[in-house]
Amino acid sequence: MNGLVKFMHKIKPTFSEGGRLSFLHSTFEAFESFLYVPGTVTAKGTHVKDAVDLKRVMIIVVLALVPSLLFGIWNTGYQHDAAFGLGWNFWQMVWYGFVKIIPLYLVSYIVGLGIEFISAQIRGHQVNEGYLVTGMLIPLIVPIDVPLWMLAIAVAFAVIIGKEIFGGTGMNIWNPALLCRAFLFFSYPSKMSGDTVWTGGLSRYLADGTAYACGNGVVDGFSGATPLVHAGQGIQSLESAGISFLDLFVGNVGGAVGETSVIAILLGAILLIWTGVASWKIMASSVIGALAVGFLANALATDATPYLQLPAYYHLVLGGFAFGTVFMATDPVTSAQTETGKWIYGFLVGALTVTVRLFNPGYMEGMMLAILLMNTFAPLIDHYVVEASLNRKAKKVKSLR
Amino acid sequence: MSNIIELKRGLDIPISGQAVQKAKKVIIPDVAAVKPTDFRGLIPRLLVREGDTVLAGSPVFADKVSPDILFTSPVSGTVSEIVRGEKRKLLEVRIKADVEQKSVDFGARKISSMQASEIREHLLRSGLWPALVQRPYGIIARPSDTPKAIFVSAFSTAPLAANLEYTLRDGFEDVQTGINALAKLANGTVHVSFSNENYSGTPFHKLENITPHIFAGRHPAGNVGVQISHISPIVKGDVVWTVSLTMVAAIGRLFNTGKYDVSRLVAVTGPAASEPAYVKGFAGMPLASVADFCNGPAEDIRFISGDVLTGKNVGKDGFLGFYDNQVTLIKEGTGCEILGWAKPFRSKQFSASRTYFSWLTPKKRFDMDTNTHGEPRAFVLSNVYSKVLPMDIYPVYLLKACLAGDIDKMEKFGIYEVIEEDLALCEFVCPSKINIQEILSDGINLMLKEMA
Repeated sequence: MNGLVKFMHKIKPTFSEGGRLSFLHSTFEAFESFLYVPGTVTAKGTHVKDAVDLKRVMIIVVLALVPSLLFGIWNTGYQHDAAFGLGWNFWQMVWYGFVKIIPLYLVSYIVGLGIEFISAQIRGHQVNEGYLVTGMLIPLIVPIDVPLWMLAIAVAFAVIIGKEIFGGTGMNIWNPALLCRAFLFFSYPSKMSGDTVWTGGLSRYLADGTAYACGNGVVDGFSGATPLVHAGQGIQSLESAGISFLDLFVGNVGGAVGETSVIAILLGAILLIWTGVASWKIMASSVIGALAVGFLANALATDATPYLQLPAYYHLVLGGFAFGTVFMATDPVTSAQTETGKWIYGFLVGALTVTVRLFNPGYMEGMMLAILLMNTFAPLIDHYVVEASLNRKAKKVKSLR
Repeated sequence: MSNIIELKRGLDIPISGQAVQKAKKVIIPDVAAVKPTDFRGLIPRLLVREGDTVLAGSPVFADKVSPDILFTSPVSGTVSEIVRGEKRKLLEVRIKADVEQKSVDFGARKISSMQASEIREHLLRSGLWPALVQRPYGIIARPSDTPKAIFVSAFSTAPLAANLEYTLRDGFEDVQTGINALAKLANGTVHVSFSNENYSGTPFHKLENITPHIFAGRHPAGNVGVQISHISPIVKGDVVWTVSLTMVAAIGRLFNTGKYDVSRLVAVTGPAASEPAYVKGFAGMPLASVADFCNGPAEDIRFISGDVLTGKNVGKDGFLGFYDNQVTLIKEGTGCEILGWAKPFRSKQFSASRTYFSWLTPKKRFDMDTNTHGEPRAFVLSNVYSKVLPMDIYPVYLLKACLAGDIDKMEKFGIYEVIEEDLALCEFVCPSKINIQEILSDGINLMLKEMA
């Protein structure tokens, strides 16, 4: 390994100012700082610095996503097996999920990182590690069957319009991964909603009769509808589809790759909260917001409105709520920055999500739009929180005199 | 007795190399320097030439804006070199010391019989006026002002800071005289803050003529700026002064003995110091005289006048700052660590965050070096800074206002309340490796320029 460092030092002058390949210096530095912590020393200000850097922070988030990813890989195979009645064993399911998800990751990272490198190069900046997380998130929140070219366009949109035009990681207004999903949703609604997109291989089978493994075809009574769709018709519909609260909690149900298993998401949440990388306040207040609106709906429910009768706590395990709350709403750049603001922001994310679910039967998944909307309003929330705090302080100072 | 003000937020950096309480040697003056760069925004007017002879207490340069403020030589000898930097900026006036030291006699005086104007005159003439630092901005106090109050912190929480009870153990009388002098300048109000840890044990709790306060908490609880914000926050239009306890003692000595005497016990500390201890030195002493403390080749070691958070890298050939009573020796961290950021364990590294495991070993002291442990990035995490800043301000908002050069916003977010040292810990913990003190410094300089 020391030889590698020596080699990097040897070729460094070529990429530094005046070198033959100096126009590639951002790329070189990105690889260099990826391989080893460079021997840069403090020049101004404090002479010692904390060992933590953004790479470490981002790798923690990536780690927190691993349980969801692993579960998602298995669940993709499991759903395919269930749809076609193949009687697969565990490893066959895992292999299927693995084969399905690898292309998504390749597209996500190649397109996304490619744009990051190019834009860093153009602006002479350093390559930021923010995309490590975004690239990890995107395949987990799109349908497994999404065509790769669509994903490529969506990723390009999210990185360029969502991030780079604002100046890169730390400057963006909206969460880039959610922007990617929103782009797909509004541009290609037929591939992003409906009952058939969430089960691996199903859309291809329905289109041209082939799939990775389709056995005797789709099993009788298979609908492909996600639990969220059933939930929209009330708790009875969920139960008659054979989906219990426990199923939703464990996650062996249909949906986007990473969002189904609340257990896996909770493992990630524990890591994020323990390391302090994501705000527990946002997570907690989002849950409170969802429950508040959920209970309110329960109180207002009549027999004519079965969707309002869905017990409030079901909203916590349905659809993308848990995943969005833990990994998306807590994005430190696009969420509220003040501590009080975080409570308000999180509460509204949760409340809006459930509101959309209950009152917009056309599109049940409110999480994406709730977070993007609150991303937009986060600076406003912060503004009022800061103003209030400054006024309070001014009053206190006055009273001391 | 006043209540204990408890500060929950803060961080004691567990760096190794605490000085043991013994004076290892006496620094014999050889070459000393007076440095205009110790003072923010000072434009000096040189009063000596190379070859001139000076006594300890003779003026070397003056403030161009208020020429009454004199800066005097700590030793008697001959001006050997006038060091200038870019654009002929005056950096150092070096003075070769005589074997036998002689001082200007300013005359011992009794504070009780002096008017405030006489005290002011005395301090200005002797070169001790610059010990008075004004807030806002941390510049030398203006002689024409009468401050709302004067604040003195009787303890330091900075990393490896010199223990003031030890360094001033023979100086109680001087400190009391200094306090009395300050009290006259401030029409009676001198706030002195103590640590709750040794409040009853420290001799300074017997000080008279003061308003005492007790603080509990980690660094920066000992920073006078943090203390002010809890005792009486600075708002626009306020002027308060701060004086370090070391300088209070020097002021007291001036009145007790009639001499400009900036000698002090200096803590030589840091992971690169073998057997860290105290030396009997003085402001402006050459750091080469403590080079024998280094536990490795001096080329690889950074010589810091001050502590690791706010000190200046003056180099082996540099000199101790006017206000400093600490030298920190620390290795330059030029080594590379392969995939360091991805390793699950890095037991030799400290992190205040839980992304590493140093929180498992709270008692451990770390041999820190000057590696930045990462590259500069934009602000990303928002909640790390307030955890180490026990003040009611929004540091990121303030810093962004400084970056934007927006005077109104800087005022609004509290530029009057802070100087660099107060936000130094924010810079230490910043995962984006932003030079927070530099940004704030630029902001303060802009304020000085625009509000003048």
